[in-house]
Amino acid sequence: MPRKLAALASVLSAGALLLTGCANPSTGSAEDDPTKPVTLKFWHGWSEKSEVKAIDAGIARFEKLHPNIKVKATGNVTDATVNQALRAGGSDAPDVVSSFTTNNVGQYCSSGMWVDLNPFMRKTGLDKAKVFPKTLLDYTSYEGDQCALPLLADAYGMYYNKDAFAEAGIKRPPRTMSELRRDAVKLTKRTKSGGYQRVGFMPNFRLYQNSPDRLFAQWGPSYFNKDGKARLAKEKAAKEFYATTRELIRSQGGYGPLETFRTSFGDEMSSQNAFLTGKLAMHMDGEWRGLFMKGAKFKWDTAPLPVPDDRPETYGRGYLTGTVVGIAHSSTHQNAAWELVKFLTANTDQVVAFANAIHNVPSTKAALTSPKLDSDPTFRAFLDIAQNRYSTALPPSINGGQYVTSLQDFSYGVEAGKVHDLDAGLRKLDDEIDADNLQAQN
Amino acid sequence: MATLTNAPALRRKARRERLRTLGFLSPWLVGFTVFFGYPLIATVYFSFMHYNQIEAPTFVGLRNWRYVLEQMPLFGPALWNTLWLVVVMVALRVVFGLGIGLLVTKIKSGVGFFRTAFYLPYLAPPVAATVAFVFLLNPGTGPVNDILGTIGIHAPNWFNDPAWAKPSLVLLSLWGIGDLMVIFMAALLDVPKEQYEAAELDGAGAFHKFRYVTWPSITPIVMFAVVTGVVQTMQYYTQALVAGKLASGVSVGPGTVIQPGYPDHSTLTVPQLVYSLGFQNFNTGAACVLSLVLFAIAMAVTTLLMRKRAGLLSAED
Repeated sequence: MPRKLAALASVLSAGALLLTGCANPSTGSAEDDPTKPVTLKFWHGWSEKSEVKAIDAGIARFEKLHPNIKVKATGNVTDATVNQALRAGGSDAPDVVSSFTTNNVGQYCSSGMWVDLNPFMRKTGLDKAKVFPKTLLDYTSYEGDQCALPLLADAYGMYYNKDAFAEAGIKRPPRTMSELRRDAVKLTKRTKSGGYQRVGFMPNFRLYQNSPDRLFAQWGPSYFNKDGKARLAKEKAAKEFYATTRELIRSQGGYGPLETFRTSFGDEMSSQNAFLTGKLAMHMDGEWRGLFMKGAKFKWDTAPLPVPDDRPETYGRGYLTGTVVGIAHSSTHQNAAWELVKFLTANTDQVVAFANAIHNVPSTKAALTSPKLDSDPTFRAFLDIAQNRYSTALPPSINGGQYVTSLQDFSYGVEAGKVHDLDAGLRKLDDEIDADNLQAQN
Repeated sequence: MATLTNAPALRRKARRERLRTLGFLSPWLVGFTVFFGYPLIATVYFSFMHYNQIEAPTFVGLRNWRYVLEQMPLFGPALWNTLWLVVVMVALRVVFGLGIGLLVTKIKSGVGFFRTAFYLPYLAPPVAATVAFVFLLNPGTGPVNDILGTIGIHAPNWFNDPAWAKPSLVLLSLWGIGDLMVIFMAALLDVPKEQYEAAELDGAGAFHKFRYVTWPSITPIVMFAVVTGVVQTMQYYTQALVAGKLASGVSVGPGTVIQPGYPDHSTLTVPQLVYSLGFQNFNTGAACVLSLVLFAIAMAVTTLLMRKRAGLLSAED
């Protein structure tokens, strides 16, 4: 019997060891000499021909400055792929990684998946507060852990069809939410059969970049209190925001008809984009949209998004986000990787050249004021939004962008008229966010 | 004395036989241990751990279970959708598959054409078939609603309407009914002809022949179709994910995370939620809990059906 028990205990111990062993991905080190020959693997999300050409040009400039470091870049990589590769580890995992969303930074930092860059900055004398704008530093860190740095930023504003405005007798883009509603109604054109020929401003949250957090940024909300608890039910702006979007929907024909019209739109990044084909007169989007507007058959311009009627002084603000870049925890060449990250994010000439090439907002103070920056006025409007003191970014969370997903789900219900008690709904949403965040803690 | 003398030899022989048996069983044993036993034990183990697939796992007791069963708002809709699909989709697939099977065994001319026509859609890859269906049923640009409109029918929004999204998935599954049709056709052709002749002599009509001759003969096949259908539908993932993603119209880029279940979580299934929790949020513990819940339900339903099957079958079966 004791022998059998011992055998059973051995099997169970071996099983536990096996389970624990499988649960420990490889870890890297910062013991490497960045002056020694090395090949770095860099994964990024850019996939358009011109974008890949621009990032490759930057890498070529870096390699010229660091002849000992070769960079093997892989494009069109999603966050899901990065996440899984870094968790699996292995020799094929990347050294330097980038992400097109800031939503996951809290998770990258708190889990240790992307290494803290503060020691590297101290070691090489980079003063982050002097180089990067504060909002951008905030969305690339979590509880003091600066596990990412901004690699160009995105600002959200309004694109509008100047021909449609002239036809409707509207002189300038709307500056307040009331003006937005009034102009949207004027610009909406129906067909004889009751459908739409054009919608003034489509507020439905599933349209392209219309994630609710982006328009909500015009109210400058606080998502969490100082203890990190969700406070949307206590945020007066939340109710105003939903009332405004519901009113925008109602005044342009209702949720159902607008959704049916939305499903007829072409792909966002194609020539069938609804704004480009004239199906939308006003459209919320990022600065990169300008690059896709070359073939437009109408005159267009850009402006900041409107603000709530009782806060006219904040006009010019917008939602900020951007691409972030960091070093994988499993990299064994972290000092060399830092040289690449530092060059891509903090070298003014590189940042300006890259921003001009892919029509993104530069992410350093020096680059933002550089005379070499693209002078196109439709692009400049977004530089102003990026520098506006009221512009905001989403706060990082230990659970990544899960709270934004919860907000989106809730917002879909509100816009469809399925949330009858907004206060109770927001309280439930707060509880859900808190439970998810607690679940993510170790 | 002879027995005592031979005892070690007999023991050696018995051991050899045991080893031989184990040797023959080993491929199955290895497969079972590696692909079922170990994952099952690991799933139970991680259901009690906090594990984000980066840091070492830490024991959290029942926290993951409480989170899934009490706090996670998507658990209810996902379980409801999965069970709805299990009941409606499996029942309709069996009825439809049997109906088509009966039809093609009765057809006198053009049998080959009809069999091929009904079987071909099954060969379409699930993703391609779903893409085609979403395109056809698109309320804004799809031809189906246009055609229905011209004959005065106000068509629904199909995959874009929470009330119609699951029925649309069922329609998609019925379109690819070819696999069940073939199985039922084989079973129907296997029913002894003399039994039909005897029933006809007794004055049985078409319904009575089906009720008293066909049905008892094909019951094992029907149960097979139900049991495998339940197991497959419990794992329903690809079509629901692709249909929801396409119908939502949300652009997918490198920074986009696909949230399954569009519209309004009406197509969210438990396997999708497991993937979302485990490989998008890296909430491994909760994903393991969900997997175990699904496993328990699948086991319970299958056991129930197998017992029912045992009651329905005669000793000869």
